[in-house]
Amino acid sequence: MEKFTIISSVVAPMDRANIDTDAIIPKQFLKSIKRTGFGPNLFDEWRYLDIGQPDSDNSHRPLNKDFVLNQPEYADSKILLARENFGCGSSREHAPWALKDYGFEVVIAPSFADIFFNNCFKNGILPIVLSESNINGLFASTENIKGYSVMVDLEKQVITTQGGGKLAFEVDQFRKHCLLNGLDDIGLTLKHEAEIKAFEKKYQAKNPWLFG
Amino acid sequence: MSDQAMGKTLYDKLWDSHVVRQDDDGTALIYIDKQLLHEVTSPQAFEGLRLANRQPWRTDANLATPDHNVPTTAFNSIDDIVDPVSRIQVQTLGMNAKEFGITEFGIGDIRQGIVHVVGPEEGATLPGMTLVCGDSHTATHGALGALAHGVGTSEVEHVLATQCLIQKKMKNMLVKVNGKLRNGVTPKDAILAIIGKIGTAGGNGHAIEFGGQVFEDMSVEGRMTVCNMAIEAGARVGVVAVDDKTVDYVQGRPFSPKGKDWEVAVKAWQDLHSDSDAEFDTVVEMEGAEIEPQVSWGTSPEMVLDVNATVPNPTNEKDSVKADAIQRALDYMGLTADMAIKDIPADYVFIGSCTNSRIEDFRAAAKVLKGRKIAGSVEQALAVPGSGLVKKQAEDEGLDKIFIEAGFEWRNPGCSMCLAMNADKLPDGKHCASTSNRNFEGRQGAGGRTHLVSPAMAAAAAIAGHFVDVRDMLEAG
Ligand code: SF4
Repeated sequence: MEKFTIISSVVAPMDRANIDTDAIIPKQFLKSIKRTGFGPNLFDEWRYLDIGQPDSDNSHRPLNKDFVLNQPEYADSKILLARENFGCGSSREHAPWALKDYGFEVVIAPSFADIFFNNCFKNGILPIVLSESNINGLFASTENIKGYSVMVDLEKQVITTQGGGKLAFEVDQFRKHCLLNGLDDIGLTLKHEAEIKAFEKKYQAKNPWLFG
Repeated sequence: MSDQAMGKTLYDKLWDSHVVRQDDDGTALIYIDKQLLHEVTSPQAFEGLRLANRQPWRTDANLATPDHNVPTTAFNSIDDIVDPVSRIQVQTLGMNAKEFGITEFGIGDIRQGIVHVVGPEEGATLPGMTLVCGDSHTATHGALGALAHGVGTSEVEHVLATQCLIQKKMKNMLVKVNGKLRNGVTPKDAILAIIGKIGTAGGNGHAIEFGGQVFEDMSVEGRMTVCNMAIEAGARVGVVAVDDKTVDYVQGRPFSPKGKDWEVAVKAWQDLHSDSDAEFDTVVEMEGAEIEPQVSWGTSPEMVLDVNATVPNPTNEKDSVKADAIQRALDYMGLTADMAIKDIPADYVFIGSCTNSRIEDFRAAAKVLKGRKIAGSVEQALAVPGSGLVKKQAEDEGLDKIFIEAGFEWRNPGCSMCLAMNADKLPDGKHCASTSNRNFEGRQGAGGRTHLVSPAMAAAAAIAGHFVDVRDMLEAG
């Protein structure tokens, strides 16, 4: 995984609660054999006016102009702002894959569904929990200031707003370490490569028929 | 718990011999001896390897075969798979296996079949191993005294890249069935009765060891049927101790140890049983003689009853949540409370799936079908061997003719109507006597109504056109 650095970006506001993983990436796209390429179908049902299929040419589909991600100022946004219980529903790992593929690196919400929350870290996305009042404040700012942006500093665990305000956030230290160093579970395990090799050597000597 | 003096369970032994390292909180790195790959849960794992520029840790520890999506009607090549998504998945498995140097039994190879049938059949599953697959029915392989369980796609990639899995140890559960099963009562009936007793959450967080005389007497294939459904009892792992039958089963298979290795291996395997003083966190005991042929009536594997019983009545259930669940299941299944199980029609019959698609399953069904014809009301009866080799063996024994003469379609290997990812689907509202493992809503096709039974009971239902006690037919025949 890439190392998580300081993220400065326009904040895309999705003023809804309980955004579920089926809304994030509808089930017809799960048949894909890839974990990339889900970006064009992120929030498919809200983004487009027709019903998307895995083989649709998305560049020719009618867009829902009112949907936040279809507004030009959010085209390159890396930070998504939402309401409570973001990522509820099915456990599909395709949801963080789709967010990541679209370009989101941070999701800010008052609360997240458990499995989704964990899946985010596994896929290099930082989910940030803020209080209702801070979330309300951020939504108000995105409404009042066109192209409102913030800077997320994971190392210092602080969000610096466009106006210079500071919002501190909590994060599990182990998860923080993994994101900052670009360690996925595989990367972490491979840190023990020597130990695995040593085990394997002894094990093979005892069970040679399991090798080759 | 792990007092030095105390004996170990089989699961403890399998776990201990594979711990590479363990953290204070119990999180361990477990060495994995074998990974089986199929087309549905592996593509993103291979893609992940490519994106991160990683290579498999050991190519020889992996074995691939397509099963979920493959057609079971006669066809010549992958290009004949009509559904484009299925075709791409099967093609992708082949390309990934080739690119990364992993052995694949592809379409057209007689060794191709359902991963959980292929592994043991090839000797790719061996006693004492750790084995994973991106499929929850991987528990099947525990029948050989291996530690086997299903994993998710990220874990498939993790095992490919590191040969290890991050795990916490499960608890130990012993399901002991004493005495003997009665005539006409099969391993499938035993596991369905166990699930009926302990429920689909009964084994949560546990590795289940199946012990007692019933499992000691059982064939290795029968043990696979039992371990296969450990997951329906809530346990990711099912195991049976190694005995002479296991060793005989393994001997001479393509991937089995040979020569001097064989001698050493067999000696090592002698220890693969729970010590007599081992303690289990949970113990369930049952009497084999009390188990009757089983039929599931509802939409969860625990909704299962003796064939001679009547369907439950929600008004007799005091717990309102349970009463609601019964009512919902009755509605979905199109059944009325208190009706006899024997009055449920069998519109479709499916003999196959990783639970019951081995040679003994087809022999048991053929014994019932021989010289008989399926009822006119049965719309389709499918016999789907678990692998090309099972199919060939059955044909060598002439079983295919018995099935075909009785009115069955004799198909090519694959998962087929177990989950209806290929063209074999149970239509809306139809009842199916199925030897598979899950009777969830829509599992065999949208709106389809699944009744889980043994192969012999499925064959009997095919003849009668409704569920019957196969023992009546065996005696009459
Ligand atoms: S036969 Fe059914 S349960 Fe077994 S692996 Fe195939 S789909 Fe899964």
